[in-house]
Amino acid sequence: MSDAVFDRIREHLAGVVEEAVVAHGTLALLVEPARLLEVVRPLKDPFGFDMFLDVTAVDWPVREPRFDVVWHFYSTRHFVRVRVKTRVPLADPTVDTLVPFYGSARYMERECHEMYGIAFRGNDDLRPLLLYEGFEGHPLRKDYPKRKEQPLVPYRK
Amino acid sequence: MTTQPARPAPSGAFEFLTTKKDEFVGWARKFSLFPYPFVTACCAMEFMSVSSTLYDTDRFGAALPRFTPRQSDLLMVVGTVTHKQAPILKKVYEQMCEPKWVIAFGVCATSGGFYQNYAALPGIDKIIPVDLYIPGCPPRPEMVIDGIMKLQDRIARDRHPIINEKF
Repeated sequence: MSDAVFDRIREHLAGVVEEAVVAHGTLALLVEPARLLEVVRPLKDPFGFDMFLDVTAVDWPVREPRFDVVWHFYSTRHFVRVRVKTRVPLADPTVDTLVPFYGSARYMERECHEMYGIAFRGNDDLRPLLLYEGFEGHPLRKDYPKRKEQPLVPYRK
Repeated sequence: MTTQPARPAPSGAFEFLTTKKDEFVGWARKFSLFPYPFVTACCAMEFMSVSSTLYDTDRFGAALPRFTPRQSDLLMVVGTVTHKQAPILKKVYEQMCEPKWVIAFGVCATSGGFYQNYAALPGIDKIIPVDLYIPGCPPRPEMVIDGIMKLQDRIARDRHPIINEKF
């Protein structure tokens, strides 16, 4: 069942994605940052991946390009998941926003932005979500010092 | 026909008792704690357990949580406090009237616990003074009761400003 859907997606996106493999029952697509929307648009329609699960990033400190940006989608029609990955460098960690397709991407892109410093082109509201105004740096990057503190209330003594 | 037994003569056992004024006041104060639960995390489960029927902090006069800091004198910080939340804790503490006491309930409130990272405050004593630390993740109810009793001992020994030469 899911294999049939995956095969049709792979066929449809053959020239667009760099790599398409099935891992742990999920179709994983690797795509260039510039061609992200060419992948997401057909995934939503006609393939029916109508639920945006998450967007997050992976920091590979010694790799170039340094970051993976990872999206997860779910289809409530086929009951399968698709993972889309792209690689962006530290110098320009920018990808397109998916807010026009999935409204719920708005919050998750905010979180990814504050934690990893990924910029989402087209998302006009990238204020801190879990962190606070004035927080410097991106705490889930590997080079953020583990014991660094940025208190809002001055310490006693 | 039996007659009604005569009313027993006063035994005298509780007719009066001798004490010292400061000890009497201390005894009264230690059983009238009004806790304010500043509950942020999973230690809340243990707090519910210790304050409800089975362990029952009511027995120690610390039964009635007041959900406004202005009416309470014991701040129980139960759970992890993040840097983002620290200003709220500080404001709650400052709203409480003197005399006031603070219990750090659980290891996160005590030292940050295993949350040694960008988000968590490494112990509430970085921003407010703490009278009593109860370690544990979460602490057993017996430890909490032990802690409350230790705080009560301290309160009973304290000297209230009401006790002066005119009292």
